[in-house]
Amino acid sequence: MSEHTVSAYDQELTELAGKVAEMGGLAEKAFSDAVSSLVSQDLELAKVTIQKDERLDTLQQEVEVKLIEIIARRQPMGQDLREITAATRIANDLERIGDLAKNVAKRVIAIDSDLQSKKLAIGVEHMTELTLSQLKLVLDAYTRRDAEAARRVQEADAEVDAIYTSLFRELLTYMMEDPRVITQCVHLLFCAKNIERIGDHATNIAENVYYMVTGERLPEDRVKMDETTFSA
Amino acid sequence: MNEMPNLEQASAMTTSKISANNVQVYYGDTHAIRDVNIEIQPQSVTAFIGPSGCGKSTFLRTLNRMNDTIDICRVEGTITIDGEDIYNAKVDPVQLRAKVGMVFQKPNPFPKSIYDNVAYGPRIHGLARNKAELDDIVASSLQKAGLWEEAKDRLDEPGTGMSGGQQQRLCIARAIAVSPEVILMDEPCSALDPIATAKVEELIDELRENYTIVIVTHSMQQAARVSQRTAFFHMGVLVEEGPTEDIFTNPKDKRTQDYITGRFG
Ligand SMILES: Nc1ncnc2c1ncn2[C@@H]1O[C@H](COP(=O)(O)OP(=O)(O)O)[C@@H](O)[C@H]1O
Ligand SMILES: [Mg+2]
Repeated sequence: MSEHTVSAYDQELTELAGKVAEMGGLAEKAFSDAVSSLVSQDLELAKVTIQKDERLDTLQQEVEVKLIEIIARRQPMGQDLREITAATRIANDLERIGDLAKNVAKRVIAIDSDLQSKKLAIGVEHMTELTLSQLKLVLDAYTRRDAEAARRVQEADAEVDAIYTSLFRELLTYMMEDPRVITQCVHLLFCAKNIERIGDHATNIAENVYYMVTGERLPEDRVKMDETTFSA
Repeated sequence: MNEMPNLEQASAMTTSKISANNVQVYYGDTHAIRDVNIEIQPQSVTAFIGPSGCGKSTFLRTLNRMNDTIDICRVEGTITIDGEDIYNAKVDPVQLRAKVGMVFQKPNPFPKSIYDNVAYGPRIHGLARNKAELDDIVASSLQKAGLWEEAKDRLDEPGTGMSGGQQQRLCIARAIAVSPEVILMDEPCSALDPIATAKVEELIDELRENYTIVIVTHSMQQAARVSQRTAFFHMGVLVEEGPTEDIFTNPKDKRTQDYITGRFG
């Protein structure tokens, strides 16, 4: 996009997008570190991940301040208006992703023992890989202003949900087979739920990127088929 | 045009107040308005925006034949109001301008009393049979223009002694006094401070209920605040017209996008 007649305006918009991009990097890292610390019971990494969440909170507040400042000074219109509202909403989603990652890290400390069996974590790892790649794709779509890529991310969320449902059943089976793993499995279940919600936030981001680029809303979200809420 | 008119266009034709078709305006050899087509809806505010010199005022003036007063100006195409061609030889421009009133950029009250400013139009058009009727018209026009409380105790004082914002509302009262159906406003707030501007904008919003309003403004924020539909002009061409919220959040044409986001060279 060509530049504004007032160049300070361009700088402000770039700064805002820069903060969101930084948040994206931090959220991704927090998420992958939290799950790594879970799988390997790395308490040190878990603690560091919890501490680092503060930076995401700070950045989110800075984004909000910047947004209000830009509205007050520039009265943004058109593409600019969509861009700053999208940036703010995306920043909110990223902040929430940070919180969910932090919650996973806290559970690592709560479990505070090696997993009874490696196989318990395989499903969670698999779900993480997929969700993390969704998050990477959508952040990439944001930087590249790629509506088509954002749409694909929204579509792929169904897969994350499907994995969550099957993981739910799998963990349930382990618990029935061996009551000694119940505590760990319950923690893992909550972790899986957090990851599933991170996937939802990635979908929100995708919808905002799509709107930001095209000015159109993505077709309504598909109906959620989360049978775990019935069986839980 | 070999496309089938869609439903929206078809209904626009039956409900619009003003309909302009293939309008061209020339000043001597200068082609100032190029093939403009637009439907203007009743009981709503339509804003014309665009860079200076793009032809907003010129096109606005075609709607009540104010361009007739400019010697070198020539208008082609068709403009109808309620289905009647306003350029038809049988139309009296003076009557037309009562039906399609106009408010200008700089408040221009006559050097007369507040009362006489408002009573001027009704007098020349013979709208009042006696003093009592004229008093009524003056009072109700000032009321509709939101000026009655400020003016009622000083009706004999000169209109030129009022503040800029009051003068502009007086000019609106003057336009209203002859019972127009359409009110054209050419940058009515450009000489006013923010408070006076807000009062005029509030007034425009109230008047919308009973009149068809077309406003030229160089302030996009003003267009966004007061209008239901916005038309963007560029170099004599009507680039894009649509619901105001669409024009300001998701314009279709790159020229509109560049203009509203402040990217014009
Ligand atoms: N009375 C006039 N005589 C000759 N040219 C005119 C006259 N009024 C406007 N123009 C020309 O017509 C074009 C459109 O002007 P105008 O309608 O005043 O634009 P806007 O209101 O959008 O600023 C400009 O090029 C301007 O110079
Ligand atoms: Mg003008």
